[in-house]
Amino acid sequence: MFSNFDFQVIIDALPYLFLQGMVFTLKLTLLAAIFGTIFGTVLALMRLSGVWPLPQIAGAYVNFVRSLPLLLVIFWFFFLVPFIAQKMVGSPRPIPIDPFLTALITFSLFEAVFFSEIMRAGIQSLPKGQVAAGYALGLSYTQVMRRIVLPQAFRNMLPVLLTQTIVLFQDTSLVYVLSLNDFLGIAGKIGQRDGRLTEMYIFAALVYFLISFAASQAVRRLQAHTAIIR
Amino acid sequence: MTTATTTPNSAAKQSSGAPVIQMIGVSKWYTPEFQVLDACSTSVQKGEVVVVCGPSGSGKSTLIKCVNALEPFQQGDIFVEGVQVNDRATNLPKLRSRIGMVFQNFELFPHLTIMENLTLAQRKVLKRGKDEADAKARKLLQRVGLSDQAPKYPGQLSGGQQQRVAIARALAMDPVAMLFDEPTSALDPEMVSEVLDVMVELAREGMTMMVVTHEMGFARKVANRVIFMDKGAIVEDVPTEEFFGSPRSERAQLFLSKILSH
Repeated sequence: MFSNFDFQVIIDALPYLFLQGMVFTLKLTLLAAIFGTIFGTVLALMRLSGVWPLPQIAGAYVNFVRSLPLLLVIFWFFFLVPFIAQKMVGSPRPIPIDPFLTALITFSLFEAVFFSEIMRAGIQSLPKGQVAAGYALGLSYTQVMRRIVLPQAFRNMLPVLLTQTIVLFQDTSLVYVLSLNDFLGIAGKIGQRDGRLTEMYIFAALVYFLISFAASQAVRRLQAHTAIIR
Repeated sequence: MTTATTTPNSAAKQSSGAPVIQMIGVSKWYTPEFQVLDACSTSVQKGEVVVVCGPSGSGKSTLIKCVNALEPFQQGDIFVEGVQVNDRATNLPKLRSRIGMVFQNFELFPHLTIMENLTLAQRKVLKRGKDEADAKARKLLQRVGLSDQAPKYPGQLSGGQQQRVAIARALAMDPVAMLFDEPTSALDPEMVSEVLDVMVELAREGMTMMVVTHEMGFARKVANRVIFMDKGAIVEDVPTEEFFGSPRSERAQLFLSKILSH
């Protein structure tokens, strides 16, 4: 199997693989992580608010999305949203939505659930007295959250958030089902075109492994660095 | 209900007029069966220092947390400078900013420097400019003897230093009264006096204070009145000399004999 391993096919594909595929993958990962964290934080605050019906809505959303396979959600968005948009706008035919945007929205909404659980844990792990001290000084709910609770929760949870982002980085490869040109998608396409699937998939695995492994090592270092002294 | 809880006008320095803090029949339940506060009534006049003591679980901390609405209560009324704390229409942040509070576990914000801890609420709540807030913070840090700690983070300070910063942080808001919730309970013994010294000085300067503490030396030295609580009720509310001379209730006698005997 490896006797005729063709390195040349990999070398030829490198510019396309990285300049287009990896750029797409990283862009999707980072943007989805950012939007996911923002939406996730909102969900976490809703869940902890105690103001009916916000915790119920956020809880239902989290439980619903967590019970669905990511792949299903991707399909769902890709195939259903054009029809929903059509209904909403009253257009004669389904409105095609940019596949990258579809992927970004899907991943943001899906990952927000996991980020919200992380942020919720981060907020709950703070001593109750921190919130009380903020209120006692006359700060409002928004000010207590923005200046005291969220900065600490975010900082305490940064390593976990980044680890989840590494998982997201691997999960973005699922967009191949939408024929998008992410890193794995391009590797697969080239492999099929040239009949060199073995080479391309082994190389793709190696790249995913190296990036993810290096990233988790970096997270581990960061963890020691950012811990707040109490 | 146990003994009556009217305020004796003993303190020499208390002025006439409306009390700074007034509690009328405050009751609180955690569950319908579990009552933590039982019709507590008392008041604190301007410039008065009132020490609240009692066995653990007697509701002392809960009582003073009701004053700035950190703890809700179901019955009774509390007024701070005539403003009703338990009125839905009351602007709570504004009211709280006028009452300083010091916690058992300091509760400095660990992600902010000492300077930022002292200026955050000044700027966000009182809308002071940076220069004004910084100047105020420096003055207060100097007062509690921690001028050189301004750029450090709370985690770099000892417990006693952190509690002094917490007092300075509360004072930075120019409060009309200060609440202390067991301010020395979490401290190593050798750090207790540095915090008490700051509190004694504050009391002598005429700050209105309500202090939950077991430090009976502090009570003897500066308190005008001592409130003794048991099982959620105010059992005694008497001038300091009277409390230490001859506590009327058996409960208080027992309590005092336990903590003063060694």
